Order: sequence, then structure tokens, then C-alpha cells
Amino acid sequence: MVHQYQLNGYNIVLDTCSGGIHVVDEVAYHIISLFETHSPEAIVAAVKETFGDSVTEQDIRDCIADVQSLKDAGKLFTPDTFANLAGTFKERSGDVVKALCLHVAHTCNLNCDYCFASQGKYHGDRALMSFEVGKQALDFLMDHSGTRRNLEVDFFGGEPLMNWDVVKRLVQYARSVEKERGKNFRFTLTTNGMLIDDDVIDFANREMSNVVLSLDGRKEINDRTRVDYQGRGSYDRIVPKFQKLVAARGGKNYYMRGTFTHANPDFTKDLFHMADDLGFTELSMEPVVCAPDDPAALTPEDLEIVKNQYEILAKDMLRREKEGKPITFYHYMLDLTGGPCVYKRISGCGSGTEYMAVTPWGDLYPCHQFVGEESYKLGDVWNGVTNTALREQFRACNAYARPDCADCWAKLYCSGGCAANAYHATGSIRGVYQAGCDLFRKRIECAIMMKAAKETAQ
Amino acid sequence: MERIKTLDTRNLCESAKNGGCGECQTACKTGVANQKCE
Repeated sequence: MVHQYQLNGYNIVLDTCSGGIHVVDEVAYHIISLFETHSPEAIVAAVKETFGDSVTEQDIRDCIADVQSLKDAGKLFTPDTFANLAGTFKERSGDVVKALCLHVAHTCNLNCDYCFASQGKYHGDRALMSFEVGKQALDFLMDHSGTRRNLEVDFFGGEPLMNWDVVKRLVQYARSVEKERGKNFRFTLTTNGMLIDDDVIDFANREMSNVVLSLDGRKEINDRTRVDYQGRGSYDRIVPKFQKLVAARGGKNYYMRGTFTHANPDFTKDLFHMADDLGFTELSMEPVVCAPDDPAALTPEDLEIVKNQYEILAKDMLRREKEGKPITFYHYMLDLTGGPCVYKRISGCGSGTEYMAVTPWGDLYPCHQFVGEESYKLGDVWNGVTNTALREQFRACNAYARPDCADCWAKLYCSGGCAANAYHATGSIRGVYQAGCDLFRKRIECAIMMKAAKETAQ
Repeated sequence: MERIKTLDTRNLCESAKNGGCGECQTACKTGVANQKCE
């Protein structure tokens, strides 16, 4: 399967199943579009008709030969032979669990309108995870991680800093046993920043491999939704704390993580504000997750604006890089030579199988976005996964599980999409969240265009 | 004249032979495109 697109003056050809990426001129772009359906003679005639005397017949035939060589080398028009691999990775992994999202606090000191977790309560009671429950979760993870060495734990909520002492004790416990268990814990922290102090900065910068800092960009945008229970905006209180934490981390291993809504589909203004006015360089900005009738929900008109914004962002990032002041956007971070293998690309994030969320009470859910949906409870950290039928449903989720994905060129980048997004959009984890697909494809096109621009400039 | 420039990429067919160790990492919280092989 081949995907051709033109962006920012580049003609780009993606070979889905080999991962090949080719940057071509107009003539080659035209030839490739005809290659599988036309004879060489017909291609020559069509190209001559389009380009006239600017290209000779010999040129065209040489280019056809080059395309054939790429096909012979397995870099273009590669057949899709991966369907029979779908599911093998998860089957081979058995019941291994390697990552947990620890909900250490089902409560929050902010009252954000758009919160998918209903102000941190997940449609339930307020609660803090005890050290004992957290320790059992870490033991469950180690006991069920098989031969996996790298284990990941994200401290999440709600607001995890509202249970900071337990977070620190859990990290210390994991560090005390990881060597003897042959494991390597990587901790991450997602916070709204309200309770950041010197102790948090010191501990997080020593122990957290990544910190995710919630800020929606411009003050008027952030303070429209990210407010406390008195309705006061959080911007002026959190920005200085974030700046201090990031400076103490050496400006690395963090993401400013914003959410854009119907109020700001022009989200690049928020990214550029964080970069130019606040000094943050590692940025992530995500579309809101909410019901379609929610006032914050992105409309079809918004989605067109957002897609254009992704292009604006990609071009601007190239400019910044050229000027020696680069910024990072999470979704544009592609590693073409060191990216994931095809097994990972087919199987996806591992939600419900190797990745689970743990509630303050020790219940297991497929991921943080299913917490509070009682029918999606997998089990608990004492008894493990008891709803094995549900786990099998998630095990069956992969890039080849949905008929709609069969002809999609991006399926080995998205792995068939996010099960939670599909569930919230369609009522089924095997559904397809079309708006999410459109945005995902646009992001990948932009990210690859940036790679093409950098490679061809060298 | 070079009409086609092929970027250096990991060949996915090759990765089917030696991939699948599962050690790679599981920002956004809301694809695998941005992951690195470990």
C-alpha cells in the first residue's frame, strides 16, 4: 500500500508495509501514481502529456526503472503480509503486565470544566490511594512482568501531588527491590502544578524519567477552564512553578501538556506562547476528550482549522530549527531508523493486556480512560485479572482488527487507534473514531514532511 | 538528476524477524508512531 501526498512543497511517497519514505520530484510522483495500474508505454504517454518537452522519453523510462528497482528492493509497493502477525505479539506475551497508571488520588484541587475524569473523581467517590494498595500494585506488576526488564509506572489522578507522601514512599519501595528483582522502574508524573514546591522539584527531578505538566497555553485560554473551586484561574500560580521545575531539570525530560477545545482550535497560538513567552520547548497539545454535545467539543468546522494548525506548526518548527531555536512537539517526534518494530506497530499501546490503570482501591481497568466504567473492571491487584473475557477483547484489538482500517495507510503508525476513544465515540472498543483518525493522519503527514525537509536539506 | 530520494528508515519486514521483545515504553494520554525501539 502506497500513500502519496504533497505538503509544503514536498512530494512524499510512503510505502506502508516496508516503512519506506521517498521524497520525489513531480515526474516521479506522477509515475508512481500510475505505476501499478498502467503499462510502461501508457505511463510514458501520460507523463509526456502532462510535462511536455520538459522531460524526455528516456528520462521517463529511467525513472520507471528506478521505481521498479525500489519495488524489487522491497521499498515500494510492498505487499501487506503482516495480517497473520496480528495478535501474535500479544499471544506470545501471555499475561505479562509491564506498565501501570497508578491513580494515587481520585481528587483534585482544580475544577476544570472539560476534565474527562469528572474533576478527578471518575464519577465516583473522592479517595487517596494508601501506601499498602500502591505497594501491592507494584508487587502485582513485578510478579506479572515475566522476563520484561523495563517497567513503567505513571503517577496519575486526579492530582497526584495531593498524595505526594505516598508517591515518594512507593518510589522508594520500588527502588529498594528493583535490582534484586532484575527490573528497571521508569516513573512518570502528571500534574496540574498547583502543589509543586522545592521538595517535589527535587524528588521528581531525581526519580521521574518524565514529567507531564498541564497548561493550556495563553492565560485567557488556560484560565477559562483550568480553575479552582472558587472559579479562579490557575495560570499565574502554576507557570512560575513549572518554570522553576523545568529549569531544575535542565530543560529536558518533560512535556507541557495542553488541551485544546472548541474555544481554541487555533492552538498553535498557545504552543507558541508557551515557547516564546514562557521558555518551554517540549510541548504536547491534545484535542479534548468529551461527549459530542459538550460545549467544549470540537465541531467539524473546528477539525478543519485544527488540521491547518498542524501544518502551520510543522512549518514553523522547521523555521525555528533553521534559526537554531528548536522546539519539540510530541506527535512530531518520529524516529525513522529507531522506531518501533512491526509487532509493536500492529499491537499498539497494550491497554487491557500489558498496560492497566489502578484505582485508589486497587481495582484494575484497561487504562485510565476506562476507570469508573464498572463493566470495564478487569480485576484487582490482589487477585489479578479475573475478568479474562474482557482482557481477551483487548488482546484482540490491533491494527488489523477493524475492517475500516484495512485500506488506511496510517494503520502501522496508530495501531488501529485508541480503544478508549473508539469506545467513547462509538460504544465499542473495536469501533473507529473517524475524527481522531483524520487528525492522526494529518499529524503523521506533517511529521514525515518535517523529516523530508531536514533530509533533503542535507 | 535525482528524481527520487529515499530516506533511511527501519525496514518493517526485517523487524518482523527480530522484533517483538516488548521492552519499549508503553505525554498525551489521549499511537506507537512516537515510540523508540529499546
